[in-house]
Parts: sequence; C-alpha cells; structure tokens
Amino acid sequence: MTVRVQQEAFHLGAELLAHAQPTAGAVVSFLGTVRDYSDAADILAMEIEHYPGMTERELERVAQEAQRRYDILDSLIIHRYGRLAPQDPIVLVAVWSLHRAAAFDACRYLIDVLKTSAPFWKKEITPAGARWVTDCPGCRAGTQHGHVHPDVLEEC
Amino acid sequence: MISVKFFASVRERLGRANVDLELQAGSTVAEVLAQVEGITGVSLAGQHLLAARNQVHVPFTEPVADGDEIAFFPPVTGG
Repeated sequence: MTVRVQQEAFHLGAELLAHAQPTAGAVVSFLGTVRDYSDAADILAMEIEHYPGMTERELERVAQEAQRRYDILDSLIIHRYGRLAPQDPIVLVAVWSLHRAAAFDACRYLIDVLKTSAPFWKKEITPAGARWVTDCPGCRAGTQHGHVHPDVLEEC
Repeated sequence: MISVKFFASVRERLGRANVDLELQAGSTVAEVLAQVEGITGVSLAGQHLLAARNQVHVPFTEPVADGDEIAFFPPVTGG
C-alpha cells in the first residue's frame, strides 16, 4: 500500500513497473487527467490545493478500507497538487490482485471514494479568470455523512 | 488554545489561512465557526462547508478539545 501526494509529474508505466507484484495476475489502473474544457470555458491551467497531513491520512484510510473490502495484493495512489496544464496527469490509482475482478472493483472503489473524501480543491484558470470547481459529488457525500454545515443542507 | 485552518474558497473569503483561538468550554465545531466569523467579521452563512477535527472529517456537532486542530473547507473536488 503506497500513497504519495506530490507536485512532480509521474509516469504511469514507470510507476506500475516500480510497484510490480510477482504473485499478481492482474493490475488495474486509473489515470485522471486535466481536461481542456469545462461547462463554460476553455481551461488554460488547473491549480490544485490540498490539506497537507490530512490528505495523506485520508488516502491511507481509503487504501486500508479497499484492502479490507477486496481480495487485493497491493495498491498505489499518487495525487498531484500545484499548477497543472491540460492533459497533465492528476491522479493515479493502481491495484494488484491474483485475478482481475478484485482489481477492477477495488480500483473503482478507490477513485470514487477519494474523490469525495480526500481534501483536494481544484481551481480552473480560464481566459475569463480563475474559479473554484464546485462540482457536487463532494457536497452530496458530505451531506450524506452529515458533515456539511446544517445551514446549507437544502442547497446541496 | 486551538488552531483553526482554512482552505480553498474559505481561505480566500476569510482572507487568511489560519487563526489560533482560546477554546470556550464545551465548544463544538459549529461554535468554533461562529467564533471565527466573529473575529474575522466575515459571515460564512450559505456557504457549502465541511469540517475536520485533527485531520479527520467530522460533523459540526463534534465536540472540540484544547490543543485540537480544526479545519473548515468547501466540498472536496480532487481526483
């Protein structure tokens, strides 16, 4: 189980080789990248802020939960922060298992859960200026867990 | 004393990244937020806010203890 939060770029192939599991029969990976458009504007760059300390802690918690739920050998999560350009990789999730089903399931679980719990925030830089991404999966998850300020529940 | 941190749009709105507060006995996270609004003169009413206590997500009813690190931030948008 490896969790890394970093500014630097990473290479999918190199990471999979570096973490290879000799007994694994399957590795499933998800690579999230910066899109060059959003709802209303072209995106020139993406700035990602995070909560140092909590971020690593939350990703480790999610990775442990995946290990508990699925029959997997190992997992790797790399998430970047700082200023990224369109097409840059943002996040890598990879899971090794004996057989493919557990690796597919655990990989999906990891990316879905980290998107709603790991403290990262994206800001889009567009020709019209900068704006925080306010996508609502996080709102919904927070609401479900009772973490959102009670005053705004009805707005989510 | 507790340390309160702010991130992303909450940090920008408050114009600061952190503040140290004297804890009022029996405070919850919601009461810490009210103290922050009092000190900064900025209302966060109507904002989508999440809270963490010692780097773990918590509801606003969570009790706060001396020495805690509390954080307020908008819903997360990573991945």
